[in-house]
Amino acid sequence: MNKLFENELKVINIGLKSFNETLDERKVSSVQVDWKPPLISDSSLFDVIRNNSDKIETANKEAVKRILNSKPFLTGMGKAIDVIPGMKKNLLLHAGPPVAWDKMCGPMKGAVIGALIYEGFAKTYEEAEKVAASGKIEFSPCHEHATVGPMAGIVSPTMPVFILENEEFGNKGFCTMNEGLGKVLRYGAYDESVIERLRWMENVLYPSLKKAIEKIGKIDLKNIIAQALHMGDEVHNRNRAATSLLYRILAPEIVNTNEKEAAVSVLNFINSNDHFFLNLSMGVAKVSLDAARNIENSSIVVVMSRNGTEFGIQLSGTGDKWFTGVSPIPEALYFTGYTKDDANPDIGDSSITETNGLGGFAIAAAPAIVQFVGGSTNDAVNYTLKMYEITASENTIYKIPYLNFRGTPTGIDVIKVIGKNILPFIDTGVAHKKAGIGQIGAGVLEAPVEPFKKAFIGFTNQLKNI
Amino acid sequence: MIVTGILKRGEYFDSVSLMLIAKKISELEIVLDSAAVMGTPENKSMLQTSGLLTDELQNADDIDLMIAYKCNSQNESVLISKKINEFLKKSDNTNKSSGSLNPSSLESALKILPDANLAMISVAGKYAGDEAMKALQNGLNVMLFSDNVSVEKEIELKKFAKEKGLFVMGPDCGTAIINGVPLAFANVVNRGNIGIVAASGTGLQEVSCLISNSGCGISQAIGTGGRDVKKDVGGIMFLEGIKALAEDKNTGVILLISKPPADEVIIKIIEVVKKIEKPIVGVFLNSPIELFENSKITIAKTLEEGALLAVAYSKKENIEKVFQKINTRDLELKALAEKESAKVNKNQIYLRALFSGGTFCDETQMIFQNVDKDVFSNTPVGRVKKLKDIWKSEKHTIIDLGDDEFTVGRPHPMIDYSTRNKRILAEANDPETAVILLDIVLGYGSNMDPLAEIIPVLKGVKKITSKQKRYLPVICSVTGTEKDPQNRTTVAAALSAEEVLVMDSNAAASKLAKFLIEKKR
Repeated sequence: MNKLFENELKVINIGLKSFNETLDERKVSSVQVDWKPPLISDSSLFDVIRNNSDKIETANKEAVKRILNSKPFLTGMGKAIDVIPGMKKNLLLHAGPPVAWDKMCGPMKGAVIGALIYEGFAKTYEEAEKVAASGKIEFSPCHEHATVGPMAGIVSPTMPVFILENEEFGNKGFCTMNEGLGKVLRYGAYDESVIERLRWMENVLYPSLKKAIEKIGKIDLKNIIAQALHMGDEVHNRNRAATSLLYRILAPEIVNTNEKEAAVSVLNFINSNDHFFLNLSMGVAKVSLDAARNIENSSIVVVMSRNGTEFGIQLSGTGDKWFTGVSPIPEALYFTGYTKDDANPDIGDSSITETNGLGGFAIAAAPAIVQFVGGSTNDAVNYTLKMYEITASENTIYKIPYLNFRGTPTGIDVIKVIGKNILPFIDTGVAHKKAGIGQIGAGVLEAPVEPFKKAFIGFTNQLKNI
Repeated sequence: MIVTGILKRGEYFDSVSLMLIAKKISELEIVLDSAAVMGTPENKSMLQTSGLLTDELQNADDIDLMIAYKCNSQNESVLISKKINEFLKKSDNTNKSSGSLNPSSLESALKILPDANLAMISVAGKYAGDEAMKALQNGLNVMLFSDNVSVEKEIELKKFAKEKGLFVMGPDCGTAIINGVPLAFANVVNRGNIGIVAASGTGLQEVSCLISNSGCGISQAIGTGGRDVKKDVGGIMFLEGIKALAEDKNTGVILLISKPPADEVIIKIIEVVKKIEKPIVGVFLNSPIELFENSKITIAKTLEEGALLAVAYSKKENIEKVFQKINTRDLELKALAEKESAKVNKNQIYLRALFSGGTFCDETQMIFQNVDKDVFSNTPVGRVKKLKDIWKSEKHTIIDLGDDEFTVGRPHPMIDYSTRNKRILAEANDPETAVILLDIVLGYGSNMDPLAEIIPVLKGVKKITSKQKRYLPVICSVTGTEKDPQNRTTVAAALSAEEVLVMDSNAAASKLAKFLIEKKR
């Protein structure tokens, strides 16, 4: 028999808020659900999901377990051509899903030009443009080579890269060293100062760091990120704490293993770039998520990435397939003199941090940068809270002090994104749409709908075919 | 005249927020007609009918917001569009500085309130069924306010709920009182020992208020949704409700309210009540009373009678007294009708009843069944005829303004009086109108300041009729209690001050109107 009459009435109100206001007024315990219709209205697709829910759940548990159990270490450095799988002399890696030269956005083109000049394929802009369009140069997404790059994300064969290893699962990951702010290749700048800095990084920074890391052996990056979250970073738009922690580990061995002049310049370079750690936090995310790839029936997102033209995602259960849509222009705080009209559509592999439960998903840990999200710490907390709605789990290592050390929302589930009509929330830097100008702002954005819709449909179609 | 359509991609508003926006738009003087609805195929076809579906809006999807309006010029259109954007901004209720976030799903809500025992669901019908099923699977009872849930889904939900010992109130259940808590459109009534099962929302409100105003009270009031007692659903929840009240130790009297149930459901009801020791009163409006002969149920003809019979049982009084009391009161109404009819001129011969409560429309039609052969309604029952044009009264006309045709893109008339207000003035202008019959339903969910809506219109009526040297009686029942946020006494007093004949029940108001019309012949 129904027990409703014997117990205190406790209500979950799904829909009209006014009903819940009445309950509040009557002092009835209740929770308001802010319901939204799913992003896809074809209910037959949801029937497919329901009919396979056990399989999906098992697969997603495995995927999330792999993400959470990953143990990413910084283990060394090398030249891209020597260490990145599939790297070739005429291959340039770029951020985001695949994109042809003629479809590339301004900053991406600029970075390609810069890389071609850096590699000695061309001497001038015009020359480089011809080479890029000639078909002799191949382009491929970083993500398809266990690599990630911020903004344009260009990796060319002779560029030095960090090597990360996921000790738990044995997979490796790669990323370049962060160039700092201002005129830099990743924002599409390619003038002499940019090339010069890249050369210095190759000739001074790289050997110094390589020696220091060899001496240290391996550096526990997951541990650094866990600490950095307690120190106000979300390791996407704020990396100050993580960079400082890394600096503390590296500094003695940089001094130990290098000439004084080189050591001083290297330490100054790291010290002056709060984002030095960004590439590594991306690498950590990459090796963790790569471990969760190719789990049959898993709807967990393993890549979210943008090439400045398109926004693309990949799911664990759908192999190497990209699901893409137009890349949006971020809502941002612009540097003086720039407006949204100057902004390039969102670009970079850095949204891999959000995919790993960091960045925008962990913004509640980073009160110092809340001006990017509306100005108050409450806004930041709300953004993180919302992301728990679309993730399969909570992180076991990355925790948010303000939320009583609750683990960050980890493992985006495309079924939840579509079903609840909540899109992932991403922190981002904004590039000028013209090559060579650089960063013009920073802000946040909601991932676009289209890639998630396509991924959901692709995923359900695959289920139907089993 | 030009039609402008605004399509807001991916912007979702709940229906009440939308209606408030719609109301604000329609209140702009330069707007001739307007709607603000989500881009479902149903809404699109409704816009089509009103000539508001622009090319752009044809492409709308379920999750897109459609706003359309008619006005006289391009300049006006631009002005209106600006205003609309302001309204939208204001109602964007993503509470930016709250620091706490409402959950977005039942699962997340259950983490916050793990021992929740009721889910109130008022999302679009297309999705409401799935949400309800999720709630049942998690062991929650369901009050399903949403309409447009398929009958197949309703049956599936109710069968599943019955097996798990849970209630599904609705779909299209607008009101309930559970453990003393008024839910959705409900009044603040005394607690007591009368339990109600109702397949009629306004009916439930009316009887619960009349009971409370008579000094008794409600133990539980379970709504089932109107379709429950029809053949397809077979009364699953109506019967479960009766059984639950029979078991409930705080319920001493059971009161059943419904529009005509299917014959097979009546048989089941009679069967179920056989084993129940508690007194049972039934109001089955427009049902043939013979069907209940020899059953345990004391049949009442009107909601008022049902409420008073339940009260008599609750107070352990002789129920004959109820009938006597009603008879005496009806004689007083006849006397009043005589006085009023003397004041109207000989051309004023027709009733114009404009209801916000659907059950009242049915009850009044029942009372007017044999008054005249020419009684019309937009929702006719029995011998009443169907109106050709719902916007135009014919002879005796009884209208439910809460019916779908009137509420497309507009709030329910219990919230938004504007459609009815216009109609009241139109009827006042008709020299053949002998009496205007109205209802005002108070309580949660309804308009919080009904006087601000109705008083100016009543003054308008007087202006019209005095100009045309006529007297036009306005009769109005007020459904509500002292404890309702609007306070029934205050509302009734203000109406009386405008010379409205305020009645305690719709039955009394309808009888007064009937006597008045009969006097005119």
